Amino acid sequence: MIEKPTSDIKAYLAEFDDIPGTRVYTATRARHGYHINQFAMSLMKAENRERFKKDERAYLDEWQISEEGKAALLARDYNALLDMGGNVYFLSKLFSTDGLSFAEAVSSMTDMNFPEYTAMMVAGGRSPENNRSIKDNLAHGRPAVAPAKAKSE
Amino acid sequence: MARITAGVGSSHVPLLGVAADFGKSTDDYFKPIFDGYEWTKKWEEQEKPDVVILVYNDHASAFDMKIVPTFAIGTGEHYKPADEGWGPRKVPDVYGHPDMAWHVAQSLILDDFDMTIINEMDVDHGLTVPLTMMFGAPEQWPCKIIPLAVNVVTYPVPSGNRCWALGEAIRRAVESYPEDLNVQIWGTGGMSHQLQGARAGLINAEWDNKFLDGLIGETDELRQIQHVEYIRETGSEGIEMVMWLIMRGALGKKTKLLHRHYHVPCSNTAIGHIVLEPAD
Repeated sequence: MIEKPTSDIKAYLAEFDDIPGTRVYTATRARHGYHINQFAMSLMKAENRERFKKDERAYLDEWQISEEGKAALLARDYNALLDMGGNVYFLSKLFSTDGLSFAEAVSSMTDMNFPEYTAMMVAGGRSPENNRSIKDNLAHGRPAVAPAKAKSE
Repeated sequence: MARITAGVGSSHVPLLGVAADFGKSTDDYFKPIFDGYEWTKKWEEQEKPDVVILVYNDHASAFDMKIVPTFAIGTGEHYKPADEGWGPRKVPDVYGHPDMAWHVAQSLILDDFDMTIINEMDVDHGLTVPLTMMFGAPEQWPCKIIPLAVNVVTYPVPSGNRCWALGEAIRRAVESYPEDLNVQIWGTGGMSHQLQGARAGLINAEWDNKFLDGLIGETDELRQIQHVEYIRETGSEGIEMVMWLIMRGALGKKTKLLHRHYHVPCSNTAIGHIVLEPAD
């Protein structure tokens, strides 16, 4: 007999908030970040990329994005953009416009620089140990998100 | 009668496409990954499938936030590789099998799976990287491909149990198609990876390998894994593994392992690959 997943959407969503260093792309975030993500999608077209690169601010002013959102986009502050409902698959169009690899852009969201991040990945990636639950981490006096530490260390 | 003769699971990391397209697949970094697909390339040459039903997710290429279909099936004749921001991959165009795709789409809808129908779209690395890994770099892809796109980005995504059940329904649909065709089903994406936030780079090799174990034999325990477990244990993008369950569900009660491969890392991701055949 298959257990039916919860149909209590509030309980379902609440569990996601307990995962350290992670913003699950929920409906709330999708609504909040709609214009940020659609702006990023517009960069799929070469002529839009050119216009954006020529005058980023002017291009952003064509979109219904808050001042805060525009500032985060101009600063390439990806964690702030995630908080505002940005999603990495859409934001990746901005990575490629900047000529950044996916891994390099992703590393900018962590507490490591790109060479350190690459070294962590080659050593087997970030360990799930102490990285599963904010509640559990706090209950055991650990930081909410485990600091970076490659497995080989 | 058409038959599903095998299932293939594989990661679809875009960097693998770059490595293959720019002749880097024998570099130290990539060789251990590509070596694990050599067995499958030879096996595919012998198997010569007529059709591959390729389960994947679109990465903001064909779909944006305007429309988010949960399950969508490609019934078109022809799909071009998508421009994902650095020009389309120089790989062959993808040819569909509209007759079988429409048959499967109609059968699934009558079987309570309310599919979205896609006649025109471009296909991104989620679909073309697995083709490269399994078939190499031919002039033309050696078979017809029916794309089956799953939303694994905007929550709630479909449950693992629902994905497995869709696989079961795909098998019934394929087996009611009159022409004698050799059909494979591929489930792609995963394994562990998180592409966002402070926890980016998470890899859980132990969990991934248990997942691979669970695809083999008679067990159907993987159906019960909830979304929160995928995210907690394997990273936010590890959720893509639900797509492997569509493949597994289409193989019937029992499977036999033909080939298995696992490697860390490829960019931000753990590479997993498995070849199974139905063993009922």
